[in-house]
Amino acid sequence: MEVSVTVNGTVRSADVEPRTLLAHFLRDDLGLTGTNIGCDTSSCGACTVLVDGRSAKSCTLLAVQADGSDVTTIEGLAGDDGLHPMQQAFHECHALQCGYCTPGMVMAAVSLVDEYEDLDAAGVREGLEGNLCRCTGYQNIVKAVLAASE
Amino acid sequence: MTDTLDTRTLDEASPFTGGIVGQARLRKEDPALLTGESRFIDDLVLPGALWIACVRSPHAHARITSIDSSAALAADGVVAVYSGADLEGDWAGPLPCAWPVTDDMKNPAHLPVAVGKANYAGDIVAVVVASSRYAAADGVEGVVVDYEPLEAVVDIEDAASDRVVIHEDCGTNVSYDWALVPDPDAVDAAFADAVHHVTETYVHQRLIPAPMEPRGVAAVPSPHNGDMVLYSSTQIPHVLKVMAALTLGMPEQKLRVIAPSVGGGFGCKLNVYAEELICMALANRHGGAVRWTESRTEAATSTIQGRAQRQTIELAADADGKLTAVRATLLADMGAYLQLVAPGVPLLGAFLYHGLYDVPAYAFTCRSVFTNLTPTDAYRGAGRPEATYAIERAMDALAIAVGVGPDEIRSRNFIPTEKFPYDSPAGLIFDSGNYQPTLDRAKELVDWDGRRAEQAERRAAGSTTQLGLGISSYVEMCGLAPSRTLAALNYGAGGWESATVRILPTCKVQVVTGSTPHGQGHETSWSMIVADQLGVDPDDVEVLHSDTAISPLGMDTYGSRSLSVGGTALWMATEKVIDKARTIAAHMMEASAEDLEFSGGVFSVKGSPDKEVPLAGVAFGAFTAHDLPDGMEPNLEAQVTWDPGNFVFPFGTHIAVVEVDEETGAVELVDYAAVDDCGNQINPMIVEGQLHGGIVQGVAQALWEEAIYDEDGQLRAANLADYLVPSAAECIDMKLDHTVTPSTSNPMGVKGIGEAGTIASTPAVMNAVVDALRPHGITDIVMPASPMRVRRAIEMAGGGAS
Repeated sequence: MEVSVTVNGTVRSADVEPRTLLAHFLRDDLGLTGTNIGCDTSSCGACTVLVDGRSAKSCTLLAVQADGSDVTTIEGLAGDDGLHPMQQAFHECHALQCGYCTPGMVMAAVSLVDEYEDLDAAGVREGLEGNLCRCTGYQNIVKAVLAASE
Repeated sequence: MTDTLDTRTLDEASPFTGGIVGQARLRKEDPALLTGESRFIDDLVLPGALWIACVRSPHAHARITSIDSSAALAADGVVAVYSGADLEGDWAGPLPCAWPVTDDMKNPAHLPVAVGKANYAGDIVAVVVASSRYAAADGVEGVVVDYEPLEAVVDIEDAASDRVVIHEDCGTNVSYDWALVPDPDAVDAAFADAVHHVTETYVHQRLIPAPMEPRGVAAVPSPHNGDMVLYSSTQIPHVLKVMAALTLGMPEQKLRVIAPSVGGGFGCKLNVYAEELICMALANRHGGAVRWTESRTEAATSTIQGRAQRQTIELAADADGKLTAVRATLLADMGAYLQLVAPGVPLLGAFLYHGLYDVPAYAFTCRSVFTNLTPTDAYRGAGRPEATYAIERAMDALAIAVGVGPDEIRSRNFIPTEKFPYDSPAGLIFDSGNYQPTLDRAKELVDWDGRRAEQAERRAAGSTTQLGLGISSYVEMCGLAPSRTLAALNYGAGGWESATVRILPTCKVQVVTGSTPHGQGHETSWSMIVADQLGVDPDDVEVLHSDTAISPLGMDTYGSRSLSVGGTALWMATEKVIDKARTIAAHMMEASAEDLEFSGGVFSVKGSPDKEVPLAGVAFGAFTAHDLPDGMEPNLEAQVTWDPGNFVFPFGTHIAVVEVDEETGAVELVDYAAVDDCGNQINPMIVEGQLHGGIVQGVAQALWEEAIYDEDGQLRAANLADYLVPSAAECIDMKLDHTVTPSTSNPMGVKGIGEAGTIASTPAVMNAVVDALRPHGITDIVMPASPMRVRRAIEMAGGGAS
């Protein structure tokens, strides 16, 4: 099936099997391998991207479901002027170690901050419940998201 | 309360004077990881690569009676299907176990693809090769395997009884018996004379390591040249190279192993796995690249699991609660086969069942058995969390018996500071320690006395939300390991590490390390060490690793060894480079090398401040080689391979405060303090990060995680929906502090910190849970302390309706 998705500001089209996951479409068809896959039950959130501005687990969507959507992946976040404020906050707060969950965590955090004003630590913890990290114990992730939300 | 116990990150006598080491410094690794530039194994683009998918036994124990792959072969994109029998001739040997801990250890042949019988649910029985990952997965559906199910052995005591023998050729399920009893008579005498004799039995459930990146492999052959590149999401590219070459009968020099960005390991990527060898064998057969990426379910059933043992610990103590002997007896679950270092894992704890307490008599014995469950092996801490759990839980029981607080019983038994270096009753020499301040400070951080008062108030008021306080003081042995010690333990390799420091013509620096980071930030920390010594900018130091062609010598990363062993090799190599540079600088300035000072990247002549030459000048001079001292080789480069003379022994005290809802059984962590001592700290930001993650992993064992198997050996928590890796919502901010007691085992005075958090936190939390429930007479809850188990314990104790 032909799908056409605006990814990081550019319209990208491809002929995919109907069962192709959005995550595989981004990774295998478009070469955007920053979106990682960490599970097969939509539990870990490593594959989180923005679909029309809201966070979505790209392993939970079929590519065809994203047809006509506007998708932002981790590759679309940093600009010519450097890292996105959320990426910068993760860097400065040591909010990543192995970095595998990081693209999904950053995208979820961008969406969370965009959606809620006046986030506190409890709100960040609750809001990121769908994104697992095995390295950091989350303390510095929470710190980073709060820093970026200011 | 003071802001921090010890504002230093470096001891005054540390060798670091450059102002870089000891400071928090943001990581070099981050920009690539934050932007998606990093390349993990599944990100590799390999044109034309074939994909494999594994047909895995759904039975824990079954004879394979037939395999029909005709439907699979008819499916689109499927290229071939191989059974175990088809591939039997491809292996020069079975999957390796490098740690035959006893001469008569039973080690059943473990083939990458099972032949005749499957021994755990997840054992590979056939492999599908196809043109895409989707086609390979489809192909698996088309392979029809007939099994004759056999009774599964899932309980370790049942396994030890040999009621059902899993590996007929072994004749028993017992792999080995191992003992460390330096003076049996002394132990017997101590127990005979003991005023207090505490006997406790604990269970360590099976844990799934669950790094966020599943494993993956790609084998890329050059059929005509006869060589191969193996990409693997591994912690051990160097060890894997040797083992894979041996297992496939391939000349070692023809194999290059590359670990790309690796998304966490926690010990489970410290192994040689079937899928690595299968991809290599099939790359040879098909003359092209063959790859595989693990699914999360496969990661649960077919990557090694951790812990899985039952422990009995006995303490003998005098009337004051002063320990006179410790005796520990283990029954450990190896799973269906022996993986790379599995037999040695319980024994890495063998030396630590007396904890950080001064105990004259000591006995440790371990029996390890096979079950029809996923093989076990090293998981963060490997043996030391188990040991620490046993002694720290038992110390609380002793405190109750003696009638003193858990803090007091520890203070009475800590190894006195003046006894270091301490000859341990298990035969080790603890390098350095000063334990009491960590306990005092941790108590201060959680307001111990205030919390105790609050606990009493709640009890008096009949609250159903009980407060519990749990202490865990720990010492661990890490920095694996002195090669001679490993030889005494019958390990199949050494414990050295290698490093090369190369100053390029423009005075930029290349560092080659044999350590293989997968989240620990070695590129940042290693560059800080070298920059501090050389007086250059850390950004001018590039750290190369994880590719056996670039870094041919290495023993890799595990056992909190990278800094104390690999970092020391690096420090020494840098000193060696400075020595050579000093000779060249002396020649350039027509001075004697002994008269030169080196500071801030500049050589100067003592007493003649105008005579100086920067390192950059020496580097370029060494490169052009136009005017070097007679007989000196051009270039500035040095390589050092260092074999440590001793382990390092980090220590600390952690305190957990929990609330237990007696009505629902829910346990909530409400406060947590950790005061740790890893000697001199290279980058305190990274030290804290290691502790944060490590602590949460240990808390997760106490409260949430368990690889639950049913009586047929089926894993009931085979994905991240059922296996409860904690999210941010369950975790809290931890309060960290530190002391600095330099190690004497290496010139940098450093100790490991990668596993300390996990080692310390599990008993702290469980002691807190039991402390909360003590009024019910509850003395133990099997981990994880789930709401169901807590409620059941309360009901069994007669508290509350069922």
